[in-house]
Amino acid sequence: MPGGGSLLRDPRARFGLAVLALAILAAVMAPLLAVDPSLQRDIVATRFLPPLSTDLHDGFHLLGTDRFGRDVWSRLVYGARVSLGVGLLAVLLSVVIGMAVGAAAGFWQGRIGLVLLGLTDFALALPRVVLLLLLASLWQPSAALVIIVLGLTGWMTIARLVHGEVRALAARPFVESAVALGVGGPRVLIRHILPNALTPVIVAAALGVGNAIMLEAGLSFLGLGVQPPTPSWGNLIASGRDTLVNAPWVATAPGVALVLVVVAATLLGDAVRDRLDPAGRGEK
Amino acid sequence: MLSAFFRRALAGLAVIVGVVTLMFFLIRLAPGDPALLLVGPTATLEQLDAQRQALGLDRPLPEQYAAWLGRFLRGDWGSSIATGRPVRGMISAAWPATVSLVGLSLVLSYIIGIVVGAIQATRGGRLDTTLSVVTVTLFALPGYWLGLMLVMVFTYWARALPAFGAAGFDADFLTGWDKVADRLRHLALPLATLTLIGIGGTARFVRGAMLDVRNAPHVAIARAKGLSPVQVTMRHVLRNALIPVLTLLGLSLPALFSGAVFIEAIFAWPGVGRIMVEAVGARDYPVVMAATAVSATLVVLGNLLAEALTAWADPRLRVRPSGEAA
Repeated sequence: MPGGGSLLRDPRARFGLAVLALAILAAVMAPLLAVDPSLQRDIVATRFLPPLSTDLHDGFHLLGTDRFGRDVWSRLVYGARVSLGVGLLAVLLSVVIGMAVGAAAGFWQGRIGLVLLGLTDFALALPRVVLLLLLASLWQPSAALVIIVLGLTGWMTIARLVHGEVRALAARPFVESAVALGVGGPRVLIRHILPNALTPVIVAAALGVGNAIMLEAGLSFLGLGVQPPTPSWGNLIASGRDTLVNAPWVATAPGVALVLVVVAATLLGDAVRDRLDPAGRGEK
Repeated sequence: MLSAFFRRALAGLAVIVGVVTLMFFLIRLAPGDPALLLVGPTATLEQLDAQRQALGLDRPLPEQYAAWLGRFLRGDWGSSIATGRPVRGMISAAWPATVSLVGLSLVLSYIIGIVVGAIQATRGGRLDTTLSVVTVTLFALPGYWLGLMLVMVFTYWARALPAFGAAGFDADFLTGWDKVADRLRHLALPLATLTLIGIGGTARFVRGAMLDVRNAPHVAIARAKGLSPVQVTMRHVLRNALIPVLTLLGLSLPALFSGAVFIEAIFAWPGVGRIMVEAVGARDYPVVMAATAVSATLVVLGNLLAEALTAWADPRLRVRPSGEAA
């Protein structure tokens, strides 16, 4: 599978990119696609309308309304801003920490490396959600806290990947020659080694975004993440929990959106990995 | 082999001590008076003073830390702010429910996941594609949402299965098979939720591992000497592919416990996870701390078990220090 365009020939990549692009587009253009949730009017007349109905004020509700008469589609689109934003920023933080730890451990293989690897193994052995709950309970819950906590508990896979790559690259001739030319340690690491170790990081990050979005929703679902009335997919699911019987669409819609985005991120990650590692899985 | 296992156990112990250490410093870093956090806003002045003394807030930090570690490892976890009951009693009543739920779902999701992954890797074609779509969707389902959807369908619409707790209100009056049936009906939805999600991850992994092994030289030889496709798959591909799967078993335990936290909260399953979620909601710190430590311990024990299994399945991995007889 040579060539730059071949990623798009993989149906998994096409699906993943299309769904993610649509979700991001919807989040960015939320004010054009939906009513600002804080501006919604008549509560009593528009409560619990099923999907595809029109209210007394001729407002059309694609996905129906919730118990406060709020349009579920609008909340979903505005929630996408929060959920996708939190997921992306958390993964970015994980990538930064993971690359720093992994690169340092792979480059300075002596005592520093051992300590950093031990730290990574320790962090990997912790049950992540339990730790998230503990942290979220000690500080005031907010979107910023969720980003920090998810970032601080998600860097280990990336650190391990980068560590392996850096160790392998550090022994390669082009690195030796850079050292022989008198280039200093940190500069060799940043200019010569890390750019070559980026590809597996991209795959892990794509898979991590799905996971982070799912965890954010989980924390918000338990009331420990993004606080209502700010909509996030997690607290939207939670708000639909009590109305499962008479308004099942309130909890169903954000869940379907969440699953679609996580599936898209996972398939895109799979496709990129298979393309980077042609000997690997997925080939028939 | 024993000494290698001993080393692993020691590393596991280090993880548990690490978790307790982390908690000590987190409660220090959190805003507010640590003693007040631990006794709660309704405590009397005497209780507050007693907690201050127990924490040794007037003594130097290393001494405080040593006292905390000692108390925690001895199982002296204080009492719940919300209920006043000793934390140790609450946890020891709850962990069997968590272990049985997680253990059963682990076994079921691995059996089904391995079968599905093996079918995908051997049959290929459209069946493989269809099952891939199914497994990636299962993998992406958030447990709490799948749980809600199952409750909606099986409890509210079909009125077939109970959605809350581990036993009915009349459980004490039931005998024999009725009691077993009641238990199973209550287990059905939480177990199905946790298992369905587990199947996705396992099947995806098994499929990949089998496709990797299928191209190995020893499989080509097995085929060349005329073994039937079934024999090749069962004896030469699946067996070798299962070794990384066993390693995954250990790695997936933290995730499974994490998943169980949400599932227990949704289904009011009386395990450590539900206690934890309720305690977090009520800012009941002694309980949160103990539940965190117990979860970490269960994960460490599970990892040790998975490693022992892997060593048993793959003789190459048995770490034998030089000098010990083979």
